Amino acid sequence: MNKFYETIKKAQVAGRVLVSDGAWGTFLHQRGLEPGECPEAWNRTRPSDVAAVARSYVDAGADMILTNSFGGNPFRLAHFGEESRCFELNKAAAEISRTEADRARIIRSGPAKIQAFSAETARPGLTNTEDPPAWEPRQVFVAGSMGPSGLMLAMGDVSEQELYEGFRLQAQGLLAGGVQGFCVETMSDPIEAVCAVRAARDAAQVPAAKNGWGADRQPPVFCTFTFAKTTDGEYRTMTGASVEEAITAVKEAGASVIGTNCGGGFTQMIEIVKEIRSFDAQTPVLVHANAGLPRYEDGKTIFPEGPEFMASMLNELVAAGTNIVGGCCGTGPDHIRAFVRVLERAHKR
Amino acid sequence: MDDRVSKILLCVERGKVNAASPYPPDLRGQEGADELTRQALAAGAGPDEILAACDEGMKRIGDKFGAGKAFVPELLMSAKAMKAAMVHLKPFFASGQVQAKGVFILGTVAGDLHDIGKNLVAMVAEGGGWEIIDIGIDAKPQKFLDAIATHPGCVVGLSALLTTTMANMEKTVREIKAKHPNCPVLVGGAPLSAEIAGKMGADGYGKDARQALVALSDFEGRALVRRTSTGSNSVGPTSADRASSLEQPLQGALG
Repeated sequence: MNKFYETIKKAQVAGRVLVSDGAWGTFLHQRGLEPGECPEAWNRTRPSDVAAVARSYVDAGADMILTNSFGGNPFRLAHFGEESRCFELNKAAAEISRTEADRARIIRSGPAKIQAFSAETARPGLTNTEDPPAWEPRQVFVAGSMGPSGLMLAMGDVSEQELYEGFRLQAQGLLAGGVQGFCVETMSDPIEAVCAVRAARDAAQVPAAKNGWGADRQPPVFCTFTFAKTTDGEYRTMTGASVEEAITAVKEAGASVIGTNCGGGFTQMIEIVKEIRSFDAQTPVLVHANAGLPRYEDGKTIFPEGPEFMASMLNELVAAGTNIVGGCCGTGPDHIRAFVRVLERAHKR
Repeated sequence: MDDRVSKILLCVERGKVNAASPYPPDLRGQEGADELTRQALAAGAGPDEILAACDEGMKRIGDKFGAGKAFVPELLMSAKAMKAAMVHLKPFFASGQVQAKGVFILGTVAGDLHDIGKNLVAMVAEGGGWEIIDIGIDAKPQKFLDAIATHPGCVVGLSALLTTTMANMEKTVREIKAKHPNCPVLVGGAPLSAEIAGKMGADGYGKDARQALVALSDFEGRALVRRTSTGSNSVGPTSADRASSLEQPLQGALG
């Protein structure tokens, strides 16, 4: 079995919860990314800033991190005239995340205290030759982020075949850079999500065949949707799909981890997971929650849900049936660190 | 109301563009807004009567959207149906037989590439009888100022989805107000509220496309609309046909 997927399933069986990363976009803006600038171009122009985001989540104790490739499909890159660099920018995104993930270490300080760090930030001068019990390698997986195209199938902006081909090119780039899985995220239109899931799955099939792997060795494809609550209290995507319609469609297309991301805050995520679990008890569920809905006040953007608040709700999210938890817009390493602490205390790590 | 005109209303409400359109599935094969408008005009129906039917159709779907009973694709299809009808009404605008309610300049502010909200507002406002000047996405303040200078008496609408571009929105409002203190400025977008809109110095705020039209109606007919002989902007190709760029599909319709 693919090691990434095996890790997820084993954790699920053992009642443990994996921790994913937090936001990338809002983090890159803090590091100077201008509104209207192409975030994926930074994989080439500012790789150390992108790596710093990845490293901060590795250091916070995440078991998996994503890549700076949310808008890396050719359709979105076309806004910046960068569509011809789709493969290159996605490959670079994957390489940056893999480099940081592969540096992950467990540092033992004292008999019981275990902390997760990358090699460089752990302690200056720490090397392999140091006292062996001081640290050991820690597995952190990388899933390639694949966000929506921004085009609308219903309006005839793009065809399913075009979407599929664009996403496949992106997935090929991510795979060439070393991702161990894919995270199709922030989806609204189940048909588009199916195109992306199929594209990622098919892209992975080629190297799998080359290495003589069976289907179960293929990198897993995750797919998460963004749902909003209607006035009737139902959860729907922007295109009107229900939770069950959306999730069922991508499972049939080959998604092996399902879930929800972005959205209207932690409380809503708990309700959405409960709804998923009402029709699917088995498939691992991933939640990347916003730090609440952003507000603009006095020239500043404020995300209302801090690390403490989100961490205080975490046990409820896990009880609802979540297997992997991380953050979306407005979250950072502090949120991830708080998640790790809560799960350690609940003996779910 | 002429039978065809009431059918046009239904086509706009349901998003039935023309006979060839497979959407909505239950009206497959039937004539749409395109054919029915042509026929109604030929049979002597008044263009303003048809325009009112389009407006009512858009109002109905807009109300459903506001109540969470309809979603973005339905609203977009309705707008598409309305535009199909508007093609046939265009000559009447140009000849002055139908008077627009005013000129509405719309754009997504600098740094923001999201245009679904803007396009929805453009389409709903167009259905509501406004002449739309769409200056596109990532529009710098100067682009708004230039458009205002070309269309005296206009109303301006600013859209943004990203929280990171709220500051640009505020800056754009202030620059417009400094140069054109009498030009009404409306704002919209997911991270906004009426309160924030007020603090930014805007004159109005629309929570969704329908509410934007309500806010717009406060400024109806505030200046005589100069209709050029070409009338090229009345139903010309706004970017409304190409809704794109939603990475955060939150509910703010101007965003």
